[in-house]
Amino acid sequence: MTDQDRPQYQQLLARKVEVVNVGLEGFVKDLRDCDIGVVHVDWKPSAGGDPQMAALLAKLGV
Amino acid sequence: MNVVVLNEVRKGFYLDSVALMRLSREVAGSPGVIEAALMMGTPSNAAIMRNAGLLEEGTAVKGNDLVIAVKAESESAAREALDNAIKSLDKPKTQGEAQAAWRPHSIAAAVKARPEINLALISVPGEFAAAEARKALNRGLHVLMFSDNVSLEDELSLKQQARAAGLLMMGPDCGTAVIGGAPLAFANKLTRGRIGIIGASGTGTQEISCLISEAGAGISHAIGVGGRDLKKDIGGITTLMAIDAFDADPETDHVVLISKPPHPDVAKSVLERIGRSSKSYTVCFIGASEVQLPPNARFSPTLKGAAELALGHQQIGADFDANAVASRLPRNGRGGVEGLFAGGTLCAEAQVILAAAGRKVASNAAIPGVLKLGVEPSSGRDRLIDLGDDEYTRGRPHPMIDPSVRDDALRAALKNRDLSVILLDLVLGYGAHADPAEHLVKIAADRGPDAPVLVASVVGTEQDPQGRSAQIRKLEQAGFIVAPSNAQACELAVAIVQNAGR
Repeated sequence: MTDQDRPQYQQLLARKVEVVNVGLEGFVKDLRDCDIGVVHVDWKPSAGGDPQMAALLAKLGV
Repeated sequence: MNVVVLNEVRKGFYLDSVALMRLSREVAGSPGVIEAALMMGTPSNAAIMRNAGLLEEGTAVKGNDLVIAVKAESESAAREALDNAIKSLDKPKTQGEAQAAWRPHSIAAAVKARPEINLALISVPGEFAAAEARKALNRGLHVLMFSDNVSLEDELSLKQQARAAGLLMMGPDCGTAVIGGAPLAFANKLTRGRIGIIGASGTGTQEISCLISEAGAGISHAIGVGGRDLKKDIGGITTLMAIDAFDADPETDHVVLISKPPHPDVAKSVLERIGRSSKSYTVCFIGASEVQLPPNARFSPTLKGAAELALGHQQIGADFDANAVASRLPRNGRGGVEGLFAGGTLCAEAQVILAAAGRKVASNAAIPGVLKLGVEPSSGRDRLIDLGDDEYTRGRPHPMIDPSVRDDALRAALKNRDLSVILLDLVLGYGAHADPAEHLVKIAADRGPDAPVLVASVVGTEQDPQGRSAQIRKLEQAGFIVAPSNAQACELAVAIVQNAGR
């Protein structure tokens, strides 16, 4: 089996990690200090701060 | 005393928990303030504030509201503290912050702009974490979920979705991973090498990876799976995928698997899978008795033992002689030990070692065979406390980020004449407090001459931002005894109290 044929999770260890950070902003500096590409999301609770609605919207792919 | 509570609710204003902690502390330090909290108004946070009497009658909050709550000795003190907090929130951003990189408002926007993104690091409040993880998986990203307080049901469904899509779902409650040198959440600056780690325990992974790295070998990758992955409900989904991933990785020769004792059915399937692996394994189920292993695996009940096996039986801290050190120390107190741990697995390892030495032990995070604190009377027992447990971290950051979680317990222990030893851990690395040694030293500075002996270990490497030897030096100069590993700190604690009993 070639590397390309393997499922993505088996290729992860051989690839360069590029991160989207959602939450604690402190993690961004740590990653940049290690030359890891990272984009920080300016996150706010979705669905007006209603966790159940936010979960439902995510399941619906919104 | 006339106690006054004032609230300010900022609608649709979000700050992360570390920023909130800093500001909370600033407000709590204002003159006349008894207690203060800055929290997002999620249902669980609102309950915490209500229980603490910090929410005014009739105040309604939502998860995307920032709540500032001040309890003070007078109306004027409360008003002044509240006004200062509002000023801090409204302070214009510095030039550096304003010029900071572009910030998308969603995972979708980030991936659209940077298609090379392949992993989402999620640390939002637990109530919203599963929704964000689902969005990441829907866009083909691997996920590391640092957030905790996520339901088992959500964990299972996210891991099933990830497995079906060929993606790795690390967590929830995954404190540590290192993929290709990238420190994800709490991780250390490690020497790269050929030993891989699969960890259902964040601080367990940190202790083993640091001991291996400091001993001169190195780590290829450390995959976190989350603390519940090896429970029956989850069935080791991520652990089994991590074994596949290491099998396919030419950079890894040997793998260490760390977990609390798994459910027997899950242990069976994981060990069977290890038996079919092309790599050799060290299995560390903390606190488990010897397990039935395949020929390519060896077992250790402790973190230090696992690191030594992975190193090919190289002894860690060979020069450290606990009995010799103990014989030079004073015999204060009545022979008790109290452990105050930031690292949950370090607390579990301490329970293994003290119980094996014949000590009667109780813990809030009890391993099998140890008394659970608060359930039965625990007088006369050594108390080993995991300060990262939910009861201490609900609504506030983990003690590795905010070491003040330990302050009150440490102050009380320093005055407790039943104790001969206080056991402590310091966890360094990315994500951790900038100078945990300095913080501890300050708290212990005014202890009396007959205070219990302070025994510590430092989890970290020389390359970590805090520098391991600099932290050790700071502790030693303040009279702490620092052992080369958590296991040896526990052995020293036992040696000291055995000495005290003579």
